[in-house]
Amino acid sequence: MGRTVREAALGFRRAPLLTGLSALMVGLALFVLGLFSLVTHNIRSAVADLEERVEVVAYLRETAQPAEIESAIQTLGALPGVEEVRFFSKAQALERARQELPEIAEVSADLAVNPFPASLEIRFLPGSPTAESVGAVAAAASGFPFVEDVRYGREWVERLFLLRRIGAITTLILGGAFAIVATLIIGTAIRIAVFARRDEIFIMRLVGARDSLIRRPLLLEGAVTGLMGGTLAALLTWGAYQAVYHLLFKLEWIPPGWMWGGLLLGVLFGAMASNLAVRRHLKEV
Amino acid sequence: MIKLLNVSKVYKRTGSALEDLTFEVPKGQFVFLTGHSGSGKSTTLRLVHMAERPTTGEVRVVGFSSQRTPPREVWKIRRRVGFVFQDFRLLPGRTALENVAFALEVTGAPRGEVRAMAQRLLSKVGLSAKAASPVHQLSGGEQQRVTIARALASEPLVLLADEPTGNLDDRATRGVLDLFWQINALGMAVIMATHDLELIRSYPAARVLELDQGRLVFDSHQPAGGR
Ligand SMILES: Nc1ncnc2c1ncn2[C@@H]1O[C@H](COP(=O)(O)OP(=O)(O)OP(=O)(O)O)[C@@H](O)[C@H]1O
Ligand SMILES: [Mg+2]
Repeated sequence: MGRTVREAALGFRRAPLLTGLSALMVGLALFVLGLFSLVTHNIRSAVADLEERVEVVAYLRETAQPAEIESAIQTLGALPGVEEVRFFSKAQALERARQELPEIAEVSADLAVNPFPASLEIRFLPGSPTAESVGAVAAAASGFPFVEDVRYGREWVERLFLLRRIGAITTLILGGAFAIVATLIIGTAIRIAVFARRDEIFIMRLVGARDSLIRRPLLLEGAVTGLMGGTLAALLTWGAYQAVYHLLFKLEWIPPGWMWGGLLLGVLFGAMASNLAVRRHLKEV
Repeated sequence: MIKLLNVSKVYKRTGSALEDLTFEVPKGQFVFLTGHSGSGKSTTLRLVHMAERPTTGEVRVVGFSSQRTPPREVWKIRRRVGFVFQDFRLLPGRTALENVAFALEVTGAPRGEVRAMAQRLLSKVGLSAKAASPVHQLSGGEQQRVTIARALASEPLVLLADEPTGNLDDRATRGVLDLFWQINALGMAVIMATHDLELIRSYPAARVLELDQGRLVFDSHQPAGGR
């Protein structure tokens, strides 16, 4: 273990420019990823806010009987993804309209009849609504004979969900692409490091050193390069976040879990890249 | 201890290098491996060191078979079989002591004892006075002694030497050969590739194997009538 650390440290001291440059390049690649995470996260949290407001409203006919309404509430409440079903009477609807729209308050005092229908409002569990589940609930609600009309802004809901899916897919693809870029950079740096040490590696194999002894310091070197790149990317992303926050508009910072996950990936990819590079070299010699 | 059984080696680019080579070297024997340039001496030594595997046939070295030893276990053979090159292959910019110490360190010698052990190995090859000299400031003969000390680091049972005197003058050559004989007297087998026939003649006690175009054409221990 001591030797592994000493050898890896020696590698850094011998080629500070090489290590620095590769950490920098890895950092820049991961920075792009960090920026994208920032954007994705903010889109997601904006979408989540909207999602909470997704609801299906079923307007009831005047003739609807309380018993029918009660059983409809039970049926709809049992559908997947539904959080609660609330009944609004005609009176409550009028009351709410009065509060939300002052003009109505003035007019309605003179009204002889209440023009607002009673309704069932169906809310969804946070984070769970999908275009399918919302559609299914709307279809079920319009199936009741005493339901006059169902509204849920169908197109709008579907677009919202599409947006969320596109965001997730783009992040995956970009994440994959930049992870590969980072791996290639570290792999190349380690190959150069292996090349710089080829005489020693040759002697080590000649006299019977175990492969692990050759491999471990280089593995550590790759992992540390990945860690440095990851840290740099985190700092750059933080800087970009601060700049946007203060100069343009308020953003949310990415969840810490994403950041630690990113750093961990940097380390893992670094180690993996150097493992590949060393393995290849050991096979060639 | 070393056994080659019907060994052939074919290189993709250059074709056949060894053909149906069979011989055995018992413990403690001194062997000269000779033959014209390109006859397969280096290839034979590399096969014994398992730096390469035979195309057909089997190489057995210190209990390991070329057919059953996976690459990750070759290091075990390397610790039992020392190797010395014509061009030394020392780590430049390091002292004689550091070069020997490196071999000890990477083969698991206790860290606190490495220097003392390296010092002892250098005195074994008569070079203790030059321990602190960077290897590039040493003469060819001295450098070759450093590589021999390095090869002895893991107390091998066999020493393989590929034209170890090819870059040395007569005096240095004698010195290296004397050293080999000393080591051999302690029970270590030595296989030395050389095409210096005069040198071979001056050590009549040694066994001589001669290769020609990859075939064994002479074995002093199996004269006339043998192969
Ligand atoms: N790595 C290799 N790849 C392809 N061909 C090789 C390789 N090594 C050796 N050969 C071929 O194998 C044959 C034997 O070579 P080898 O080096 O064993 O001869 P040698 O007896 O050591 O010669 P020399 O006295 O010149 O060192 C030659 O024809 C050579 O071209
Ligand atoms: Mg040769």
